[in-house]
Amino acid sequence: MSFGTYKEVMALKAKDGKIGGVAQDGGVVTTLLCYALEKGVIDGALVAGKSETPWMPKPTIATTKEEIIAAAGTKYTISPVVSTIKDAAREYGLEKIAVVGTPCQIYAVQKMRLYGVGARHIPDKVAMTVGIFCTENFSYAGLRTVIEDHCKVPIESVTKMEIGKGKFWVKGAKDVSIPIKETHKYEQDGCHVCSDLTAEFADISTGSIGTPDGWSTTFARSTRGKDLLSKAIADGLFEKKSMDEFKSAPDAKIKSGLDLLGNLEKGKKDKAKKHFDERKALGLFVTPEILY
Amino acid sequence: MTKPKVAYVHLSGCTGCLVSLADTYEKLLDILGAVDMVYNLTLADARTLPEGKVDIAIVEGGVCLQDEESVHLIKETREKAGLVVAYGGCSATGNVLNFSRGGQWNQPQHESFVPINRLIKVDAYIPGCPPAPEVIYNFCIAAVTGDTEYLKPFMANEAGGYHCGCDLNTRVIENSLCMGCGTCAASCPTRAIEMVYGRPSFNNIRCIKCGACSFACPRTFLPVNKIKTLLV
Ligand SMILES: Cc1cc2nc3c(=O)[nH]c(=O)nc-3n(C[C@H](O)[C@H](O)[C@H](O)COP(=O)(O)OP(=O)(O)OC[C@H]3O[C@@H](n4cnc5c(N)ncnc54)[C@H](O)[C@@H]3O)c2cc1C
Ligand code: SF4
Ligand code: SF4
Ligand code: SF4
Repeated sequence: MSFGTYKEVMALKAKDGKIGGVAQDGGVVTTLLCYALEKGVIDGALVAGKSETPWMPKPTIATTKEEIIAAAGTKYTISPVVSTIKDAAREYGLEKIAVVGTPCQIYAVQKMRLYGVGARHIPDKVAMTVGIFCTENFSYAGLRTVIEDHCKVPIESVTKMEIGKGKFWVKGAKDVSIPIKETHKYEQDGCHVCSDLTAEFADISTGSIGTPDGWSTTFARSTRGKDLLSKAIADGLFEKKSMDEFKSAPDAKIKSGLDLLGNLEKGKKDKAKKHFDERKALGLFVTPEILY
Repeated sequence: MTKPKVAYVHLSGCTGCLVSLADTYEKLLDILGAVDMVYNLTLADARTLPEGKVDIAIVEGGVCLQDEESVHLIKETREKAGLVVAYGGCSATGNVLNFSRGGQWNQPQHESFVPINRLIKVDAYIPGCPPAPEVIYNFCIAAVTGDTEYLKPFMANEAGGYHCGCDLNTRVIENSLCMGCGTCAASCPTRAIEMVYGRPSFNNIRCIKCGACSFACPRTFLPVNKIKTLLV
């Protein structure tokens, strides 16, 4: 169990019903972004907004609470968020940008801060990175196949999707779930060499694994991440619990809380290593240093 | 610590890279303060490369093969400099100069321009058109303080040569490593890259071959240890 570097880990649930109603899990991402905007910590956020096509996210530059809230909820397909970062700085004139992304997207932003050869005046404008836990992602056509061919519901009718308890759920007029195993072959292949489940390089990272429905497991990793979280908690935005409350019993067969997260994290790292070695053995190029 | 002697060698380029260096604003003073700029046609007095050795030569622009003076200057640069840095797309990858066909006023005989590694051995490449000021600053400070870990990706030969959006295809997408972050699209100075269904799709006609996209992609190299230092 490593979870990368962090200063504190906790279970959070947003108190604001408006956010709770649209957010994926505990509403940590949306609540924090709205709070940071209100406090002037950020002046905009790069999020996965909605597009014309059902469940196809559109990387969006949100500069109001309404836009941030409109982008809440998980879309289980690729949203190339970093593609908008320059527009946010240049066209929107943002000085303090928050980026929400999967662990790989957080790497991309952090690499850009260090080696942004084509990112003129971007590094100092990244005010906050919020990472969301991620086990895998799907191409849009892959997601559509999972929903329409496997779950057998039209994608337009879906109001929420979730992955949990070994199942992929679609909710809407009809709630359907299929074993997560069925979806594996639709994962984008690039995810198979990915060893980061908990967005180890974000200022704040959050996800559902480890906490009950409606809650989020949340890591404060950097000083700026911890500052924002502590202030939001002190201002009463969240219900907070210790992760110890969800700890698995010593003899439990099925783990819970951080024990569960740790198990899944290890699984992801082991799988990534295996794929990395296989590709290397085939003589294929594999990103140096991707595993650690 | 004695300050390293730096020469800024200007070949065929638009001076955008030098402007980018100057765009480090007040940090330019840190850079200039940390080095001894012995030759720089725009910023210093000397008109020729000084006698004797210099520690670092930063080269902007490609070499015009029909211009004897440029060919001579790049050779002389190699002889005198401990470290030759191909700075910016034209010098590192050929960039837009790859498209030169000659026949233009006022030097119609100038028709071919090559990245400097066709004529000399290059120690480090900084791609981009122009490279962002921040990366230049970081590079200079790392060179002065001996931060070899930071410098490593620039030393890799993959950063220089003939580079274009196709590198994303051959290195990242064909190897099924792309995960759709969109960094390549953001890094492209000509907007040659559009994200289509979560993958970069690039317009060969627009691409000027600056090399920025493949350098920026987190799947070409991922400096994990360096990234760790950002998380304080
Ligand atoms: C592809 C994917 C896989 C995931 N897998 C897991 C997992 O295995 N385990 C786990 O615990 N959590 C996983 N998550 C994270 C989880 O679904 C929630 O996003 C997270 O718990 C935050 O919930 P919240 O209520 O705080 O967020 P909300 O307040 O609902 O906000 C969610 C934020 O995520 C952004 N977002 C939505 N879709 C995407 C996307 N495709 N790419 C980038 N950003 C997006 C939205 O713009 C919004 O800002 C995954 C998320 C994605 C996108
Ligand atoms: S599994 Fe890794 S590579 Fe795939 S989307 Fe998630 S963070 Fe990115
Ligand atoms: S696609 Fe754009 S960033 Fe990439 S080499 Fe071409 S011009 Fe440069
Ligand atoms: S920068 Fe991101 S989107 Fe572009 S090729 Fe690399 S992984 Fe794919």
